[in-house]
This record gives sequence, structure tokens and C-alpha cells, in this order.
Amino acid sequence: MEATNWQEQKKKNLKALAIWTVGWVLSMALVTFGPKFIWEDNQLFTYLAFFLNLGLGIGMIIANRNHINGLDELDKKITFDAMAIALGVGVIGGLSFSVMDITNMIGIDAEISFLVILISISYLIAMVVGKLRYK
Amino acid sequence: MKNRIKVLRAEKNITQADLADAVQVSRQTINAIEKEKFDPSLMLAFKLSEYFSKSIEEIFEYK
Repeated sequence: MEATNWQEQKKKNLKALAIWTVGWVLSMALVTFGPKFIWEDNQLFTYLAFFLNLGLGIGMIIANRNHINGLDELDKKITFDAMAIALGVGVIGGLSFSVMDITNMIGIDAEISFLVILISISYLIAMVVGKLRYK
Repeated sequence: MKNRIKVLRAEKNITQADLADAVQVSRQTINAIEKEKFDPSLMLAFKLSEYFSKSIEEIFEYK
């Protein structure tokens, strides 16, 4: 009975994380494209959309923390290892990319979106490697 | 760290999934511990000890 509760709680946490994440992504699209395509640069709506996005982002962080706390210890280890790798790759890769931009070694600007993509991909790869390692 | 979980599980005639349910972890965690790829936390070691009615030293061997 207790075991079932543990697994049900894990599912609930994952569902909550998915809902907060979808909300945050949609609100990010709203605050990015809304001023131009929906409310024609009305500052009030832009502020409202911005704070909605910020609030949903905070909710997503809390939901992610709850999700990780609800994992069993092997899944926690795999997740923490993946986070450590993603953070390291993000800091090293991000700063190297920035230096390449500043010193004109590359012809494109170092955008924050590249850093987000780099962190996301390295996190996903590290998670898959971790899952396979302990299979 | 070596352990006797697979042997103790066989003696009780239970599956990895049964043991995982009893100590509230995933089946993959039990599998990783049995294969000695992953060392359990102290709390999980105590749960396993309680479940098998054995002392921690009877289940785990530090090497």
C-alpha cells in the first residue's frame, strides 16, 4: 500500500512538472510575441505577460524540486550526475563560446538561446548515459 | 560493496519488483544494487535489513 502511494506521488509530481512547464513555455511565447502580434505594444499587457511568465517559471522550479525529491535514490543520483555535467558543459561551453564571439573567432553572435540548447542537450545525453549505465 | 540480496531474495522466492515495492524504490534500483553497480543509502540498507530480518553486516560486505 505504501509502495503504491510512493509511485502514485511520483506520477503526480511528474504530471505537475509537465503542467507547469507547458504553462511556462506558452507564457514565454506570449510575452515574446504578444506585444507585436496581439496587443500592439500596450505596456500594461506586456508587464502582465512578463510577470505571468515569471510566476509560472518560479512554479516550474518548485515543481521540479518536488519531482526530484520524489524520485528514488538511484534516479536521484542519475539526475544529479546529469545536472552536474549539464552545468559544467554550460559554464565551460558558454564562456568559451562567448570568448570566440568577443575575439571574432566565429562569425555569429553568442546568443543565450545557444547556451540553453547546449545545457538541454548535454543534460539529455547525460540522463540517457546514466540510465544505460545502471540498467 | 558486495551484497547477498540476490541470494536472500531467492531464499524468499520473491522478484526484484516485489522487493522494490516492499522497500519503496524502483526495480531498476534493486537490480543495480544486486549487480553491485550502485551502493544503497543507509536508509535503504536499514529497510533491506528489516525486510530480510538480517543485520546490515549479514547483507552487505565492505570491500
